[in-house]
Amino acid sequence: MPSSVSLVWLAVLLPLLGFLANGWLSFFRPNAKRAVGVIGVGVLAAAFVVSLAAVLGLAGAAHDAPFIVHIWSWMPVGELQVDLAFQVDQLSAVMLMVVTGVGALIHLFSVGYMRDDASYPRYFAYLNLFVFFMLMLVLGASFPVLFIGWEGVGLCSYLLIGFWFTDEAKATAGKKAFIMNRIGDFGLLMAMFMIFRATGSLDFLEVFEGAPSTFITNGAEITLITMFLFLGCVGKSAQIPLYTWLPDAMAGPTPVSALIHAATMVTAGVYLVARTNVLFAMAPVSSAVVALVGAVTALFAATIALKQWDIKKVLAYSTVSQLGYMFVGVGVGAYTAGIFHLGTHAFFKALLFLGSGSVIHVMHHAYHHTHSGEDPQDMRNMGGLAKAMPWTAAVMWLATLAIAGVPGFSGFFSKDQILAAAFVRGHDAFLFYVVWALGAVAALLTAFYMTRLMLYTFHGPGRTGPEETKHLHEAPWIMTAPLVVLAVGSVFGGMFNLPHVLPGAGWLEHWLEPTTEGSLAFLPEVHLSAALEWTLIGVATVIAAAGILGAWFLLKPDRLTAAKAAPAETGVQRVLLNKYYVDELYNAVVVRPVNWLSTRVLWRIVDVNVIDNAGVNGAGNVSKLFGWVATRFQTGNLSTYVVLFVIGVLFVLSTVVG
Amino acid sequence: MNGFLTSIGYSSWVLDAIMIIPLVGALIVMAGPSGLAKKIALWAALVEFVVSLGLWWSFDPGTPLMQFEVYHQWIPAWGIAYHLGIDGISLFMVLLTTFTMPLAVLGSWNYIKDRQAPFYALLLVLTTGMLGVFVALDMFVFYVFWEIMLIPMYFIIGVWGGTKRLYAALKFFVYTFLGSLLMLVAILVMYYVVGRETGEYSFSYGHLLENTQYVGEWAFWLFGAFFLAFAIKVPMFPFHTWLPDAHVEAPTPGSVILAGILLKMGTYGFLRFAVPFFPQVALDPTIVTVVVILAVVGIIYGALVAMVQPDFKKLVAYSSVSHLGFVVLGIWALTLQSIQGAIVIMINHGISTGALFFLAGMMYERRHTREIADFGGIARVVPAFAAILTLVALSSIGLPGTNGFIGEFLVLIGSFREYPVATAIATTGVIFAAMYLLVALQRILFGKVDKPENEKMPDLSVRELFVLGPLVACIVWIGLYPAPILRRVEVSAQALVTQIRDQVPGETQVELPGQRPLGELGVDE
Repeated sequence: MPSSVSLVWLAVLLPLLGFLANGWLSFFRPNAKRAVGVIGVGVLAAAFVVSLAAVLGLAGAAHDAPFIVHIWSWMPVGELQVDLAFQVDQLSAVMLMVVTGVGALIHLFSVGYMRDDASYPRYFAYLNLFVFFMLMLVLGASFPVLFIGWEGVGLCSYLLIGFWFTDEAKATAGKKAFIMNRIGDFGLLMAMFMIFRATGSLDFLEVFEGAPSTFITNGAEITLITMFLFLGCVGKSAQIPLYTWLPDAMAGPTPVSALIHAATMVTAGVYLVARTNVLFAMAPVSSAVVALVGAVTALFAATIALKQWDIKKVLAYSTVSQLGYMFVGVGVGAYTAGIFHLGTHAFFKALLFLGSGSVIHVMHHAYHHTHSGEDPQDMRNMGGLAKAMPWTAAVMWLATLAIAGVPGFSGFFSKDQILAAAFVRGHDAFLFYVVWALGAVAALLTAFYMTRLMLYTFHGPGRTGPEETKHLHEAPWIMTAPLVVLAVGSVFGGMFNLPHVLPGAGWLEHWLEPTTEGSLAFLPEVHLSAALEWTLIGVATVIAAAGILGAWFLLKPDRLTAAKAAPAETGVQRVLLNKYYVDELYNAVVVRPVNWLSTRVLWRIVDVNVIDNAGVNGAGNVSKLFGWVATRFQTGNLSTYVVLFVIGVLFVLSTVVG
Repeated sequence: MNGFLTSIGYSSWVLDAIMIIPLVGALIVMAGPSGLAKKIALWAALVEFVVSLGLWWSFDPGTPLMQFEVYHQWIPAWGIAYHLGIDGISLFMVLLTTFTMPLAVLGSWNYIKDRQAPFYALLLVLTTGMLGVFVALDMFVFYVFWEIMLIPMYFIIGVWGGTKRLYAALKFFVYTFLGSLLMLVAILVMYYVVGRETGEYSFSYGHLLENTQYVGEWAFWLFGAFFLAFAIKVPMFPFHTWLPDAHVEAPTPGSVILAGILLKMGTYGFLRFAVPFFPQVALDPTIVTVVVILAVVGIIYGALVAMVQPDFKKLVAYSSVSHLGFVVLGIWALTLQSIQGAIVIMINHGISTGALFFLAGMMYERRHTREIADFGGIARVVPAFAAILTLVALSSIGLPGTNGFIGEFLVLIGSFREYPVATAIATTGVIFAAMYLLVALQRILFGKVDKPENEKMPDLSVRELFVLGPLVACIVWIGLYPAPILRRVEVSAQALVTQIRDQVPGETQVELPGQRPLGELGVDE
């Protein structure tokens, strides 16, 4: 094993040390902001360097086989032998680069963004801890080690969504995220139990190697296992029906939204399907479900994004929608395309979130100057910001073109490959044409709502208020510099996997081959002719153009009024603004009945009335009995009991033994 | 370390020592000035812990046989001997007890204000009683310790408890006593029947275990008696209603010991006595169905009821019903993983629930209320308290990386092989656990500080950090590196599984009702 690969544990350890150091500082030196920032960003930069070295070591290795780095034996119980071990292979390498690379940039951005926050050390402690768990997730060599990271990132998400915990609503959003994720985790646990029962192992290599001989392709067992795995993904990656936590998660600081709720954690579900591609390939029904859920989510979330006024909410629903695309990719067996979109999305969505963070930061300061209580995240209060923030506006436009799928930009290539892969599967099963169509319509809406966001935020007349407008300015360099780096990725990220009709195509596909080739035997052979590929590229181009131009000509930013003067929405608009009332539905159908059952039935009736009063003491009232006996004892005459005890024992002895 | 322990003949005297040290401590506490009582008790408990700690190293993980055995004739005419020993099943129950007691003393420091000497003396007597239950290898001795330990606990709740302390103490006592009386009858019947058949009248655990086949048709009733005694102690649904009252009324150390150690005696009893003595009955399909259903109901029911408790201590008490349900499920699944998991949960529950009760006590000492609604937003006021409460709650939720995960995961993965449907339902418990604890965390810690009384709450003192620190360390340690514990338990657990499975003809693959008629009761022959 190349020594750079065997040192990969250092990349995991460094953020943990950062957490411990910043956690210590948060209690004992809460004002040492410079030290906190240096540690917080430093450990990420160092982890990135270590990761890069490991990836280069992997690339230079003589063979394609994964490297396993053992740390120690974690749960050794009979045939269940789980080591704390990391797996460095081509797939985890991609994730390593995304997590530490984008992570480092977002940490840097946070130095500026969180500068004035009183809990600055706690923020960086949590953020470092998040990266630690995320690296456990992508490097874990077995399901349980992945699960440490899986739940750990959920914990950090919980802590960071509720970072400003004195605001009850934010704490509630964190709790909601954790519990919804737990529903998914139930699925992941069940999948692990089934896999262990069937294969006797939970190590990735052993499970995937043994799967073809253990499971019957398209059999009930493998279908159930993959459906449970997918339940985990649905929770973590915010797909229908467990997506409602993600928009609420925007309560956290904006860099957190960029890192956790766009670029890394929420993509863990996509990673998991790609990681277990052999299992999913053996379960075509589950794979179809993955693709369909992804496609429906992509469209559904995009419709909601059309009508949100909160700039972060638009991006949140956009993320749900884009994650849907990734699931379409891994669902139709195009694992590379799914991971490719994960990578490009990490660039442009992190950029969009950070850019919106800059906007909110500046808006917040402007309103702060005038002590106005206006909402700094409501796009109706923005407008014309491009003049004050030219850099931010420019890089966010690049990201918008990327997510909208304008040819040449990164998102165009990754989204196109997913939709093309779905389309060619349509030849075998009509369902996949439906999937493609849903994805195509969602792409149109994506281009539309993103253009809407940009128009309302940066163009048209300013609605911020005359006094406040004087305080609008570009964010400091420490916040714009990471944006510029991400913009480069958003524009050129597509180079990593160009379509087959272009020269130098499919680099990522080739790179990931060792981790996906096991599934080839179970996937239907598909052929994408050059003519069809050009046609699909053409369709995608038309869609992107239609969306952008449609928004450009249909929307009238100069007719918007500031949030406080805005008229109430009606009809379909109102339904969209209220997100189809799904939260209300869940409350009425799940939350309230469970509470009612627990309080009124289980506790008050079963526990107190049935068991205690009726069950224990027949017709009488046991509390009264105990109360009465207790008053006897209050006289202090405990010896009565002792005597009774002795008599009882003697009685028993004499009857039974005698 | 081992060399040193061998050179002082550690394994020959350790069990005598740890049984006597607390009693000597109790005598000194009673004889000494009342003002020194807690200091003497702390020293006694610390010495006890340090002495017992040698077990960690000198315990031989390679054998399922009893180690550190102590054997003194007591009443030879009745076949009673003071016979003690430790194997992989009891090792960590002993260590958990000796580990918890110094913390319990330290946690009582300011809480117990009057009649200190008897209180601390009782705590120490209780230590011996609890250890005796875990190490007794003679059924008579076991029963004596089982009863001995009831009495100090009764007084701790009844004298130093809250406003409804007498009611709670009595409820605790009567419940447990009813169960143990049945168990006493069962022990005597076994003694008599086995004695009659083998010609050797003895209360020896080993003797009775080897000759259980002679109990014949009695087996069902004997098992029932043992089962009831232990099920009440665990407590399993629906025998649990004494627990919330006892917990709420008990003083902090009482709750900690009750949850941390006493409840484990129920599940320990299942592992050591009820199941190995009567494997055919315990693993009879009907019995298994009933027990597994009760365990699963307990997991879900305990969690749901915990979720809506306004009183923090009651919430933790109901969560115990849920956690112990996992242990019972693991014991009845009877696979190596599920048994090991059950033992790990028993350890974890002592640590995490113990810590939760300490934290509840610290809240009470500051505000003289246990109502969750009386707090709110205190994370800003007492950040260290908030951090530790969060970590402990996460461990109780079973977050991977904490101890809670290891136990639950092993129980569930081991039980799934035997009872997939029941295990699937039990696994939903992970969702409910997150619900009740996170709801409580939010209502206690987060939001605005809307009660002026909470503005001035002091954060954790150094003494309190000394109480919580070791528990927090164990939470992380067992979560990340449980292998040393698992290795010490493994051989004994495997021996238990093999021994019981060997006695039950055929594979005991059991489905939930519906698939199998609820037919004949499990009376053998």
